[in-house]
Amino acid sequence: MRDVAVVSFAQTPNVRREPRNEVEMLVELIPEVVQASGIPREKIGFTCSGSCDYIAGQPFSFVTALDAAGAWPPIAESHVEMDGAWALYEAWVKIQTGQCDSALVYGFGKSSMGSPADVVTLQLDPYLIAPLWPTAIHVAALQARKLIDAGKTSEREMAEVAARNRKAALANPSAQLAGACDVDDLLAAPYLANPLRKHDCPPITDGASAIVLAAGDLAREVSKRPAWIRGLDHRVEPHSPGARDLTVSRSTRVAAEQAGAAAGGLDVAEVHAPFTHQERLVTEALGLPEQCEVNPSGGALAAHPFMTAGLTRIGEVAQRILDGQAGRGVAHATSGPCLQQNLVCLLEGE
Amino acid sequence: MLRPGGDRVSEVRSIVTPIRLEYEFTAGEAAQNFLHGLAEGKLLGRRCPVDGKIYLPARGSCPEHAVSLTTDSVEIADRGTVTTFCIVRIPAENLSVDPPFVAAHVLLDGADIPFFHVVHGCPPEEVRMGMRVRAHWVPEAELGPTLRSIEYFEPIDEPDASFESFQEHL
Repeated sequence: MRDVAVVSFAQTPNVRREPRNEVEMLVELIPEVVQASGIPREKIGFTCSGSCDYIAGQPFSFVTALDAAGAWPPIAESHVEMDGAWALYEAWVKIQTGQCDSALVYGFGKSSMGSPADVVTLQLDPYLIAPLWPTAIHVAALQARKLIDAGKTSEREMAEVAARNRKAALANPSAQLAGACDVDDLLAAPYLANPLRKHDCPPITDGASAIVLAAGDLAREVSKRPAWIRGLDHRVEPHSPGARDLTVSRSTRVAAEQAGAAAGGLDVAEVHAPFTHQERLVTEALGLPEQCEVNPSGGALAAHPFMTAGLTRIGEVAQRILDGQAGRGVAHATSGPCLQQNLVCLLEGE
Repeated sequence: MLRPGGDRVSEVRSIVTPIRLEYEFTAGEAAQNFLHGLAEGKLLGRRCPVDGKIYLPARGSCPEHAVSLTTDSVEIADRGTVTTFCIVRIPAENLSVDPPFVAAHVLLDGADIPFFHVVHGCPPEEVRMGMRVRAHWVPEAELGPTLRSIEYFEPIDEPDASFESFQEHL
């Protein structure tokens, strides 16, 4: 295996409604992450992005976005209709094959243009589930109810998760929701879909994030302290939320084992848990040690740039290693209803 | 499909599952500027700060250099040269014009990328590369922030442009 590292990370501010379009957001972001990488743009061997046309309501919106990446002279490029974390996985595989030594990875989502909770309904079985039009919140509420009934969490504990993430987000200038919250006040709010209240759900966010990867000697040449990817794995569960046990995240557990996260020594974890009840599910599946800090950025509850919230988790861990604040950390990304698909990335400084 | 008893059961061939999603389009800063220009009967382009090329419609980024286009707009003439075209003879549901009609790339004088529109006002067979055309705008009261502010491009009485003058823009 080739050693591959994150050498730079950047993100736009995460906001409820961004007046710029996707290209205008990316054309500011991409030069920032490329410049921070120390690798000239024309030397970057591969470009891979993650986004969803249904969020933009525009076919081939990712091709339009290429205007911001500079595809002339022609570049080697790919796109996944997934969170940018999976674009990073593809770029990492590409570097493993020896076809390139560096890659630009980005993800973007401008959810404010539509209704993301309805858009994701379309990822459900189109004949037997989607026609009932359960939104993302309804499906997540089924999972939360199962966890509460199984004694694995409570509405109060879920509100505490929201309050802790928003408090942590005070230190994150890119966060959308940050501030001190009183748990009793949160619990006094009405239900959106019992047992979920507004604070249990991710905000609707416009945002983008980007990472530059580099292999071996190139990473050492451009970065004083690269954030080495020590393990990277992703696993998927059956499509139907009814076909699996929603009170555990087996795919996260397997991916964590394969990525080597279980070996311990973790200082920091960034988990992609869009709903409050999912945070502990994921941290348990990752087997995080007691002293490990969870979501110092405020996580997906403080900002949920759809299709890149997972890539941002990798970037948040990597940045702490690049800055020397953390030695070893784990990042998690999720996709699909009720944590259907999960990716785990283990990162370490030298 | 056969039941154990051998009776034929009708196959389910289709179900109706209505889907409706609504979006509020974000044109972006550069496209807003272009669209507002159309509402005033103007064609507004923007310049790449690296090589000075003028893009119309203005986009969020220069696709060649991946930098923002300049924020000050450049007004482009509403006349230009047909660089390439095709004659459409097949009707389609969403077309606002009846076939046969000519879909063309028009390189507006001063712009560096061709502009996609319809050529009308002469028999389709007479349209040719290098033909000089100008925009036929809707009446002033009907102008709006939409490409429909230009009904079509029509021929003007000028000699054809030489191939060399637009060969870089094909």
